[in-house]
Amino acid sequence: MESARIVAGVARLVQDVGLAEELAQDALVAALEQWPREGIPANPGGWLMSTAKHRAVDLLRRRTTYQRKLQELGREVGSRPDPTEAELAAALDPDRIDDDLLRLIFTACHPVLPTEGRVALTLRLLGGLRTDEIARAFLVPEPTVGQRITRAKRTLAAKHVPFELPPRAELADRLGSVLEVVYLVFNEGYSATAGADWTRPALCAEALRLGRILAGLMPEQAEVHGLLALMELQASRIPARTGPNGEPILLPDQDRRRWDRLLVRRGLAALDRAESLGIGPYTLQAAIAACHARARTAAETDWVRVAALYRVLVHVSPSPIVELNRAVAVANATGPADGLAIVETLVAEPVLAGYPQLPAVRGDLLARLGRHDEARREFSRAAELTRNARERTLFLDRAARLPGPP
Amino acid sequence: MRYLALLRATRTTAPPPPGLMEAIMQLGEEATAAGALLDQGGLAPSAEGSRLQVATGKLSVTDGPFAEAKETISYALYEVRSKEEAVEWVSRFLKLHRDMWPGWEGEGEVLRVFGPEDFAAPPA
Repeated sequence: MESARIVAGVARLVQDVGLAEELAQDALVAALEQWPREGIPANPGGWLMSTAKHRAVDLLRRRTTYQRKLQELGREVGSRPDPTEAELAAALDPDRIDDDLLRLIFTACHPVLPTEGRVALTLRLLGGLRTDEIARAFLVPEPTVGQRITRAKRTLAAKHVPFELPPRAELADRLGSVLEVVYLVFNEGYSATAGADWTRPALCAEALRLGRILAGLMPEQAEVHGLLALMELQASRIPARTGPNGEPILLPDQDRRRWDRLLVRRGLAALDRAESLGIGPYTLQAAIAACHARARTAAETDWVRVAALYRVLVHVSPSPIVELNRAVAVANATGPADGLAIVETLVAEPVLAGYPQLPAVRGDLLARLGRHDEARREFSRAAELTRNARERTLFLDRAARLPGPP
Repeated sequence: MRYLALLRATRTTAPPPPGLMEAIMQLGEEATAAGALLDQGGLAPSAEGSRLQVATGKLSVTDGPFAEAKETISYALYEVRSKEEAVEWVSRFLKLHRDMWPGWEGEGEVLRVFGPEDFAAPPA
């Protein structure tokens, strides 16, 4: 966290994220050299920050001198005035640092960058994760991550993306991009049911941390609390989501005593906060997650409310996947036939053509209606479509457990 | 990784100095804003607590205060990436007491709380 604050603070001075990161690294190296000799300073974060800032100032002075010399040679080069001591002191003000962090988050999640670039840069700069850690978490080769980060930094510089907060009118749009990146990181960790790879739960933890920081930085933004609530509530189920052999355990079958009550409590509190500020897609999803969190057993779930919330969500943020989830809720609220009717309208949906959950849900509803042969075909189809080995086993098991000839 | 911090005072010579509570709250806010602090609370003196024990097959309940001079003053639950980070937050808490409250002595204990990662299945 300190490293993100330092990068953010220095980036405001030098207006270059890549350079700021190098200066922050220098300060950390200086700390590793000095602290063992001279002891840890009273305020380690402040020490690192002022060291990095002094280096930035030196660099800017050198540049200014260089530019002055160039000007003496008759060239037109724009220059920045030297930061004064007062400016340096102001730079250490906590409110200022918070703003710097927000600037850093908004810059790293800038829409000029492709999504993978945003994700990699955010984890690198805000999470302070090493390139190899990000690579392991996303199951891509390390050089790929390195390239994504380098390219992202270069794009920011080439497109002259200013290191600043978006204007008020654009804030909501740009905040959407920030929240999307955080949720993407969370989901990458959350949907990895393989369970063997320890770095993927770490991604959930990283996203939660970013969400908690954002909620502290932007306390008036409903969707920030909405997303945080959603992540806290989903994360509360992590201990119950895998069985002893690493196999996935679906929501209705989870042992709810293993849910993390602290995270449930935090999630419900964040949801209250979000709902008092306004309702957006993340808040609605959190409200749905809260219905599950409040039910002591799967049978106690208020499916009528879940279905109603999905109905609102379909309006606020329409997508075939939301509609598919609504079908599940409706099936549980009023019967599998009603759910199946919704699913049938989605079969022709091109977005869902390769989506294993569509045949899986369809298979489940057909099985509940006693149409076993059709259900078996759907589960086999779901097993063909998924790329996750654990999930494939799950679908094949469901197909095999249906009565009738295989 | 989650860490539980238990903080005890072993010696207090004077009432807490003005400003200490604000400084503690500010540190708490900082830790919350850094996404590290999940939960915390101050604890009343052990005079208001009880201790339960099973020994030689008997369950006994003893009301406080407890005999030793140490009082557990608060707990905090952190979610951090390493033990070092948890130790760092707790040392900042203790340093506040050292710097603002002359004569105060105390100790902090940092214990890792098991999480889902500790029960993960072996690699497939």
